[in-house]
Amino acid sequence: MDFIVNNLLTLILFSPLLVAILVVALPKSEPALIRWVAFIGSLAPLALSLVLWFQFQPGQVGFQFQEKALWYEAIGSSYHVGVDGLSITMVLLTTLLTPLCILASFNIKDRVRSFMGLFLMLETGMLGVFLSLDLLLFFVFWEIGLVPMYFLINQWGSEKGERKIWGGRTVSARNYASFKFMIYTMAGSLGLLLAIQMIGVVSGTFDLPVLFQQWTALDGSLFGLPIGTVKAIAFWAFVIAFAIKVPVWPFHTWLPDAHTEAPTAGSMILAGVLLKLGAYGFLRLVLPLYPEEARYYAGALALLATLAIIFGALAAYGQDDFKRLVAYSSVNHMGFVVLGIAAAAFASGTENAVIAMNGAVLQMFNHGLSAAGMFFLVGVIYDRLHTRDLREFGGLFPLIPVYGGILIFTSMASLGLPGLNGYVSEFLVVRGSWPIFTLFTALSTIGLFFTGAYVLKGVASLLHGPLNQRWIGHVTEINAREVFVIAPLMVLMLVIGVWPAWILDVINRAVTALFGA
Amino acid sequence: MQFPILSVIVFIPILSGLLILLMPGHRKDEIRVTALAASLIALGLSAWAYFAYDIQMGGYQFVEKYDWLPTLGISYSVGIDGINAPLVLLTGIVMFTGVLISWGIDDRPREFFAFLFILATGVFGVFVAQDLFMLFFFYEIAVFPMFLLIAIWGWKQTREYAAMKLTLYLFIGSVFSLVGALAMYFSSGLNTFDMQLLATANFSTNFQIFWFPFVFFGFAVLGGIFPFHNWSPDGHVAAPTAVSMFHAGVLMKLGAFAALRVGIMLLPEGAIYWRWLILGLATVNVVYGAFIALVQTDFKYVIGFSSVSHMGLVMLGFATLTREGLLGAGVQMFSHGVMTALFFAVVGMVYDRAHTRNIPELGGFSTRMPWVAIAFIVGGLVSMGMPGFSGFVAEFPIFMGVWRVMPIVAIIAAVSIVITAGYIIRITGQVFYGKVPEPLEHHNIGDVTVLDKVALGMLSAILIAIGVYPALMVPLVSSGVNLVLSLLGGA
Repeated sequence: MDFIVNNLLTLILFSPLLVAILVVALPKSEPALIRWVAFIGSLAPLALSLVLWFQFQPGQVGFQFQEKALWYEAIGSSYHVGVDGLSITMVLLTTLLTPLCILASFNIKDRVRSFMGLFLMLETGMLGVFLSLDLLLFFVFWEIGLVPMYFLINQWGSEKGERKIWGGRTVSARNYASFKFMIYTMAGSLGLLLAIQMIGVVSGTFDLPVLFQQWTALDGSLFGLPIGTVKAIAFWAFVIAFAIKVPVWPFHTWLPDAHTEAPTAGSMILAGVLLKLGAYGFLRLVLPLYPEEARYYAGALALLATLAIIFGALAAYGQDDFKRLVAYSSVNHMGFVVLGIAAAAFASGTENAVIAMNGAVLQMFNHGLSAAGMFFLVGVIYDRLHTRDLREFGGLFPLIPVYGGILIFTSMASLGLPGLNGYVSEFLVVRGSWPIFTLFTALSTIGLFFTGAYVLKGVASLLHGPLNQRWIGHVTEINAREVFVIAPLMVLMLVIGVWPAWILDVINRAVTALFGA
Repeated sequence: MQFPILSVIVFIPILSGLLILLMPGHRKDEIRVTALAASLIALGLSAWAYFAYDIQMGGYQFVEKYDWLPTLGISYSVGIDGINAPLVLLTGIVMFTGVLISWGIDDRPREFFAFLFILATGVFGVFVAQDLFMLFFFYEIAVFPMFLLIAIWGWKQTREYAAMKLTLYLFIGSVFSLVGALAMYFSSGLNTFDMQLLATANFSTNFQIFWFPFVFFGFAVLGGIFPFHNWSPDGHVAAPTAVSMFHAGVLMKLGAFAALRVGIMLLPEGAIYWRWLILGLATVNVVYGAFIALVQTDFKYVIGFSSVSHMGLVMLGFATLTREGLLGAGVQMFSHGVMTALFFAVVGMVYDRAHTRNIPELGGFSTRMPWVAIAFIVGGLVSMGMPGFSGFVAEFPIFMGVWRVMPIVAIIAAVSIVITAGYIIRITGQVFYGKVPEPLEHHNIGDVTVLDKVALGMLSAILIAIGVYPALMVPLVSSGVNLVLSLLGGA
C-alpha cells in the first residue's frame, strides 16, 4: 500500500500504457478477450485515481503526491508530477471516461487490438498533461496525445463522406478531418513550443513551481526588447495554442470535422477530455505565468468567449447532422469555461473571480460528462439507423422509450436545466463574471437561449413529430452494455446537480489558493 | 597492453571485406553469413566502446597512437570522445541493419558486401581519427566505394549520373578541405598532423578567418549544406537500399562531423567569425528542404530532401556555438542517422514489392506489411520532432541554442516542423493506408522477412529509447561538447 501511495501518480500515468502493451501482445484472433482485457485494464487507473481522490487533502495548499526524478538533465527538465484541486478533478474525469469509452467501443470489429491500444495510449497522454509540473514534460504529453487521436479518426472514423480540397481533388472525410486536426493543432503548438524554448533559455529550468516565481518576477529586457513585449508575445503564443484546443472562436474550425468523423468513443474522449486540455492549459500555465498580460488582455479573451457561446449555439442550431450539432454545442459550452477564466484573470484576487473560476472548472468537468454522453447517444442511434441526418428521424420516442428518456435527460443536463450539473457551473460562471464583464455576460446569457433552441431541436426532430415509417422494425432499444456506459454519467450529472459540494469544495479550495485574495 | 578496441572496429570491416572477396562468388549464403558475423562483431564492439566510455573522466579515451611517418609528423592515432562515440555506435548499427536488409541481394553479393565493408572502414576511421592526415585518408576510402556501389547496384535510370555527381561534389569539397588542412599544417610550425596538438597551435585570427571557410564548407558539402546539397537527394535515390542507408545515415554525418572536428575545433575564431553565414545557410536547409520534400512525388526523393532538412538542423546547432546547440546537434546526428536508415530501409522494402516509388501509385501497404508501416510511422514521428522520440530530444536543445544567438531564426526554422508533419502524414496516408491500387493487387505483395523485421525493430527501438530516456545519450554528448566549448574559449 505504501508503494502505491508513494508512486500513485506514476502508477496512474503509466498504467494505461502498460495495459496498452498487454493488449497489443494478445492474439489478434481473440477480439472478445482483447475487449475485456482493455476494459478491465482501464479500470485500474480509475481505481488508482479513486484512491488518489480519497487520499487527497483538499485543505492543504500547493501540490500533493509530488514525484520528481531526473529526466533531461542537460537542459534542466525533470520528470516532475503532482496534483492539486484543479488537476485532480480532470484526472478523475479522464480515468472515468476512458473505461466508458472502451465499453462503448465494444462494437468495433476492425483491428480491435490496435484500436484499444491506441485508446489507452491516448489516456496516458492526457493524464500526463494534467499531472505534469514541468513545462517540457507538459509539452511532451500535450503533443504525444495527438498521435493516437489522429489514427483513431483516420482509421476508425466514419467511412462515408468526401471532402473536396484545394486543387479539386476529393479525399475521404475522415482523412480530411484527421489531417486538419493534426496540422491545425501542431501548427498551434508551434508558438507554444517556441515560447517554452525561450522560457527555458531565459530561466534555465522548466520546473513549474520555480517558474511561477521566477518568470513572473523577471524584468529588464530580453533579446533587445522590453520584457513586457517579450512576455506579451509569449503570452499570445500560449493563448493561441490553448485556444485552438478549447476551441475558442475563431480557432474552432477543426472541431466540427474531427468530432463528426471520429468514431463514437473518439468523439466522446475528444469532447470529454481533449478539449479540457486547452482550458487546463489556461489555468495551469497562462494565468500563473502571465498574470499581468492575462489581466490586460482578458477583455479580448472574454469577447472571443462570448462570440464562441453565441456563434457556437447558432451554428449548432443550423445543423442537420446530429453529430455536427453536438460538436458545435461543445464550442458553445466551452465558451463558458473561457468566459469564467477571462473574468477571473481580469479580477484576480476578488471574490467574483473565485466564483467565476469555480464555475469554469466545474463546467470543464460537467461538459466532460454531458458531451461524452451526448456523443455516445448519437453513436447509439447511428449504429441502428446508419444516418445522422435529423430530417430523416422523427417520432422515434414510442419505438425506443428508454433511449428517448436517456436522451432527454442528457440533453437537459447539457442545456443547463436546474437540478442537473450544467446549471450549477453555468450559473457560477455567469454569477462570477457579471460584475466583471457585464455586457459580455449578458450577451452570453442570450447565447444560453440559443442553447435551449438547438438542444430542443435535436430532441424534437429525433423523438417527436410524425413517425418516419421507414424505421419501424429497424430501430431497436438501447441495450444493456450501452446503458452501462451512460448510467455512470447520468448518476454523476444528477449528483452534481443536486449536491455539488463534494466536488466544488475541492475545486474551490484550489481556486482560492491560486486566484483568491 | 589494453585491447585495441578502436583499431579492431576500424579494420574488422575491411578485413572481412577482403575475406569475402576471396570466397567463391556462387557461395552466396556463406558470403552473407560472413558479412553478418563481421557486422555483428563491429556492432558489438562499438556498443561496448560506447557504454564503456567513462563520462566522468571525459576527454579522449581508448586512445591508440603509433608513429607512421614521423618525419612528416603523421601518426596512426585514434580515440573517442563524447561526440564521436555515438557516431561510431551509429555506424555499427547501420552496418548491421544494412547487412540484414541486403540479404536478398542476388546480383554479385560478394562484391557488394566487400565494397560496403570497405566503405564502413572508411567511415569508422574518420570518426575515430585523431590525426588530420588519417582523417583524410579514411575520408577518401569512404567516398570511393560509394561510386562503385551506386554505379553498379543502383537504380538503373540515374545511377551513372548520380554516382558521378556525388563523387565529383565530394571530391571537390575534400580538395578544398585538404588545402585548408595543409595550410594549418604548414603554418602551425609544429610539424604534426595530430589534431589535439594542432588545436593548441594558436593560429592568428586572420589566418583562421581566411581558412575556416575552406575547411568547414569543404566538409559541409558532404553534410549536405545549402547550396551544396544538390548531390545528396540524387545520390540517395540512385543508391541501392543498404547504400542509401549508409549514405544518408552515416556518410552525411561524416561531413558534419569532420566540419566540426577540423573546422570548428581547430579554427574556433574562424567559426565565430563565419557563424552567421552558417546559421543563415542552415536555416535555408531546414525550411527549404522541408518544402521541397513536401512537393516530391517520388517516395525516395521525399526522404532524400527530408535528410537535407534535418542535416540543416545539425548545422544550425553547430552555428550557434552554444552548449545547447552543440549538444542537440550531436544527438541529432545520431538520431537522424538511425531515423533515415529506417526510412530508406522502408522505402526499399516498398519498392521491392511495388516496383515503383511514385506515391500516387502506391497505397494500402499497412495491410500487407504492418511492421513496415509501424516502423515508418515511428520514423515519421521522430522526423516531425514528436516528443517521446529521439528527434525531439535533439531538436529541442538546438532550438534553445538558436534562441540564445538569434531568436528570429528559431521562429523561422520552427516552420519546418509543421511542414515535416505535413509530408509525413501525406506519405503515411497515401502509401500505407487507403486502398491497394488496382495494378498492385496482382503483385501478390507479401510481408517482409524476419531479418527485415529485426532490422526495423532494432532501429525503431533505439529511436524510442532515446526519446523516452535521453540520459542514454545526452550526458555522453554533453561531455564531448565541453571539450568543444573549451576550445571556443567559452564563446
